[in-house]
Amino acid sequence: MNYIEHIGKYFIMLKQVFKKPQKWSVFRETLFREIEDLGLKSLGIIMFISFFVGGVVAIQTALNVDSPFIPKYLIGFATKRSMILEFAPTFMSVILAGKVGSYISSSIGTMRVTEQIDALEVMGINSLNYLVLPKIVATLFFYPLLISLAMFLGIYGGYVAGLLTGRYFTEDYIYGIQLDFDPYFVKYALIKTVVFAFVIATIPAYHGYYVKGGSLEVGRASTQAVVWTSVVIILLNYFLTQMLLG
Amino acid sequence: MIEVEGLYKEFNKVPVLKGVTTTFEKGKTSMIIGQSGSGKTVFLKCLLGLHVPEKGIISFDGRKQSELDIKAKRQLRKEMGMVFQGGALYDSLTVEENIMFPLKMFTKDSKGEMQKRVDFVLDRVNLENANKKFPSEISGGMQKRVAIARAIVMNPKYLFCDEPNSGLDPNTATVIDNLIQEITKEYNITTVINSHDMNSVMEIGEKIVFLKDGVKAWEGSNKEIFKTENEAIVNFVYSSNLFKKVREVYLNEKKY
Repeated sequence: MNYIEHIGKYFIMLKQVFKKPQKWSVFRETLFREIEDLGLKSLGIIMFISFFVGGVVAIQTALNVDSPFIPKYLIGFATKRSMILEFAPTFMSVILAGKVGSYISSSIGTMRVTEQIDALEVMGINSLNYLVLPKIVATLFFYPLLISLAMFLGIYGGYVAGLLTGRYFTEDYIYGIQLDFDPYFVKYALIKTVVFAFVIATIPAYHGYYVKGGSLEVGRASTQAVVWTSVVIILLNYFLTQMLLG
Repeated sequence: MIEVEGLYKEFNKVPVLKGVTTTFEKGKTSMIIGQSGSGKTVFLKCLLGLHVPEKGIISFDGRKQSELDIKAKRQLRKEMGMVFQGGALYDSLTVEENIMFPLKMFTKDSKGEMQKRVDFVLDRVNLENANKKFPSEISGGMQKRVAIARAIVMNPKYLFCDEPNSGLDPNTATVIDNLIQEITKEYNITTVINSHDMNSVMEIGEKIVFLKDGVKAWEGSNKEIFKTENEAIVNFVYSSNLFKKVREVYLNEKKY
């Protein structure tokens, strides 16, 4: 199957996904479970990575701006900008594509090869709507919160790195993060996050839903899902940056 | 009653079912048998609506499957129960939640009413003390019972079973066979079972449809299978030495 066919099939899948849930009480129950599986269970890894990435960005900037003509508050300023504009929304989304994407793809893929999806269809349930819509809503709702937390923790990580290494004064760092704050950058980051969240929920779902074969194919689909989700995130990041900031 | 007329299905231009015609009656356990690759599963999936046949008519008590709109198709599917080969239980749900799932999805019953119904069907399939367990925590035989319980919880008119005995020991297989037959009689369901297991066929096959290379090669009952001279079915059924002996004994008894 060529790429065009896959893209067409993906959009046909979305048409089935975006239908009214057959029973709202079941949808609500599934949604809460997905928020826990896709959101809350990713909290730890996102907190850990963003904190240390923020610290590393601050240390790297400090190491590279040792000229006396460059003000030290630039370290805080650069860390804030990097975290808000790129590291939190894009870098964390790529990490989530790996963690959550493989989970979505393999769980739906396993349901396919063990006939659980057929069982849903036989019961008269729109399996795509039942399985994928709660995942989309959960990621769209939860990931902006997750990424906002990543922004904060990344900047805080830079602050702690200054305290621990002594390479720059924390007063300079705090001045830097307050300097020239533009709320639009946060808005830009959150718009990107929402788009990436949609990609993270749907592309792996597509790969899992249409898998054929056994466990080996589920594994392959999972790998492909992560690769394609990451590729699409990087490409969309490129276009969104030009559209929203250009 | 399910009527099938000239069912034809192909995949990538390779025909798998080549015009199968048969009927499955209410209150009887009908079985589809045949070698691997003979088209049994495809046939069953066509009945379930999971595959759309290229040609042919399938009607459920006079309702032609191909002429139904989406709403009517959904209604028809609510009247079907299916026991999949591997059980197809939802891994993330407990035994109780698995059985309750169709009730939650399609009824407006209160939690108490649903619980009552779940307890009733679990009792019916002789499964106790497993309510809170996950499918991975129970044996294969128990999983099959849960699958049967889930299939009958909505009081289906039609029950389909894909190899319900695969992977089970002979004792458990007999228990599952008898359970399916009892349920069929008790609720007057049209039951269609896809099987390789000749013990099951002999035990509960009130109607047997033998498929060979996508064609109906023979049909009859478990009693008629001993008498038949049809070469295809004789070669299939009596490929086992045990059944060869049984047939010899049966024919000798007839002679004298």
